[in-house]
Amino acid sequence: METIADFEVQYSQFLSPEGKPSADIPALATDTEKLLDMYRLMTETRVFDTKAINLQRTGKLGTYASCLGHEAAHVGIAAAMRPDDVLAPSYREYGAMLCRGVTMAEILLYWGGDERGSDYAGPRNDFPLCVPIATQCLHAAGAAMAFQLRGEDRCAISINGDGGTSEGAFYEAMNVAGARNLPVVFMVVNNKWAISVPIEMQTATKTLAQKAVAAGIPGIQVDGNDIIAVRHWVERALQRARNGEGACLIEAVTYRLSDHTTADDSSRYRKKEEVEAARTVEPLIRIRQYLTDLGIWDEQKEAALLDEAAAKVDAAVEQYLHTPKPDIESMFDHMYAQWPEQLEEQRQHAIRYGSTDGGSHG
Amino acid sequence: MPLKTFRQAINDTLVQEMQRDVRVILIGEDIAGGTGCEGDGDAWGGPLGVTKGLISEFGPDRVLDTPISEAAFMGAAVGAAMNGLRPVVDLMFNDFVSVCFDQVCNQAAKCHYMYGGQNSVPMTIRANTGAGISTAAQHSQSLHPVFSFFPGLKVVVPTSPYEAKGLLTTAIRDDDPVIFLETKLLYDMEEDVPDESYEIPFGEANILREGGDVTIVAVGRMVHVATEASAALARKGIECEIIDPRTTSPLDTETILESVEETGRLVIVDETTPRCNFATDVSAMVAQEGFAFLKAPIRMVTAPHTPIPFAPNLEQLYMPDPAKVSAAVQQVVGYQG
Repeated sequence: METIADFEVQYSQFLSPEGKPSADIPALATDTEKLLDMYRLMTETRVFDTKAINLQRTGKLGTYASCLGHEAAHVGIAAAMRPDDVLAPSYREYGAMLCRGVTMAEILLYWGGDERGSDYAGPRNDFPLCVPIATQCLHAAGAAMAFQLRGEDRCAISINGDGGTSEGAFYEAMNVAGARNLPVVFMVVNNKWAISVPIEMQTATKTLAQKAVAAGIPGIQVDGNDIIAVRHWVERALQRARNGEGACLIEAVTYRLSDHTTADDSSRYRKKEEVEAARTVEPLIRIRQYLTDLGIWDEQKEAALLDEAAAKVDAAVEQYLHTPKPDIESMFDHMYAQWPEQLEEQRQHAIRYGSTDGGSHG
Repeated sequence: MPLKTFRQAINDTLVQEMQRDVRVILIGEDIAGGTGCEGDGDAWGGPLGVTKGLISEFGPDRVLDTPISEAAFMGAAVGAAMNGLRPVVDLMFNDFVSVCFDQVCNQAAKCHYMYGGQNSVPMTIRANTGAGISTAAQHSQSLHPVFSFFPGLKVVVPTSPYEAKGLLTTAIRDDDPVIFLETKLLYDMEEDVPDESYEIPFGEANILREGGDVTIVAVGRMVHVATEASAALARKGIECEIIDPRTTSPLDTETILESVEETGRLVIVDETTPRCNFATDVSAMVAQEGFAFLKAPIRMVTAPHTPIPFAPNLEQLYMPDPAKVSAAVQQVVGYQG
């Protein structure tokens, strides 16, 4: 017998958990303005996330999926994208969404049970949050197919979690992207837990990056708590795609420091020690340390940033709470792009029935 | 008789049937929770807590927590059912059938027929159904009409803890694929439920209230909506007869027709969109078989033809409520021809 195919999976990290360079730092990490922008966004994301959980706990928001611990992975992905690229996230990628121009108030509206929150004023072509698992991978492949057929210099990125890699849609998307050489990047943000099911019970493979092998596209694993690594490799992957070299898969390894959603209590199925250990390697610590070591960050700047972020979040919360709840017509208005007149009678009936003022989200 | 919640009645039934028959296994996502990690491994029991405690009693060989792939665990259950096991599949939300539709509606439903009767598919698919807890358009549908469409499937929509226990027992012991739909808003309902096991046969409707003016046919939680409406209507001198068919497939058409023969009026309450649903099905059946009994046109009380709104204020307006049922009943009673 002879070996006719083989594979290897590479791992990349530039910043150690202590914030020290652990490999040759790529060029982007010397652009201090870029680094500071990403760090600010990661911090804002965390302040927003904390506030959203509080709103849910006080009955002002529906069930909410926290992004605690995913900030480097999420911001790193979006920071590498061009504005006219397309993002197809799952449901907790707020860092990526904020970076793309989605507003905090829009995210709150969505989790407040108001579909208008997915009608972004900013990135009009990005896909909204996608709660069914891994279906967005196929949408990203489809968007990439459209870019390819129209000869546009654009790429699509989908993001799913480790749990989503068990779904058929994830493989089907990678396979079609490989077969058609599509300009798409599949991001797997591996946070180690699919609700209550740990990664070792989801797969027998050593990495999720190697799932790319069967689709004939490259796969790489990066430290998902290292924003420099995430951004660098997503940028490289997008460059490849723009050069006509096709799709790839990037696994960003991180940890879900929060519960799955506010409807979950992970202390019932995870060990406290595991979570505590993950806290010591979380993404904000290391980039803050790196910036401090570069001499461009200090406690005073940190305090100012936190104040600024809190004010921004408070303003978004105010905007959300003062948004009137949706009218009954909205059930009908966004059901079809071309309204079938046959439904008009039913619409009018609903308006007559439900014309009471629903108040605001507050 | 001890008081039990709907959730507890289902949990009890699963325990009893697993104790009774080693061929019964549970399979699904997050039904054990935390397996593979030390400590309180059985504390989760699914998002709605129905299978809590089962992993510690029966172990991971009979309570199988799977990776997230509905097609994988549903297809595996079909294969296992055809090879000596009696799987009880936890689909979680009934809406998730969309990602394993082939396994449920093309495989489980048709295998017995297409293999010339050589293999039966004795499996039960449990799933929660219905709106009311703000789980948005993809997690709130009532899909009993979709399942009822497929020959080969049996479809159960229990209305109370007592009913749930008897019907689930029948489902697990049945040799065909059974869809068992648990209405989310009923999980905390309490009722006296016997400890010992018992079966409630499929295709035999339950008359919850007798009355001579109007027949109301309703499934799942809508039975309670109809009951609430009928109490108010009784004070106005209108007596409703309430029929819970228990199973939408097979359907006890006889009980419905006998009742309509007595009352001459029919209102059907169904928490689905208004087209091609259980209400239209019953309506068509009565129009065909019981036209001569009718003193007034049949009325259906359903949700509108829209996705289920995420917004709690709109979700409340979306679902049929006692006021809507009451209005429909008064309309048929007041019908002047």
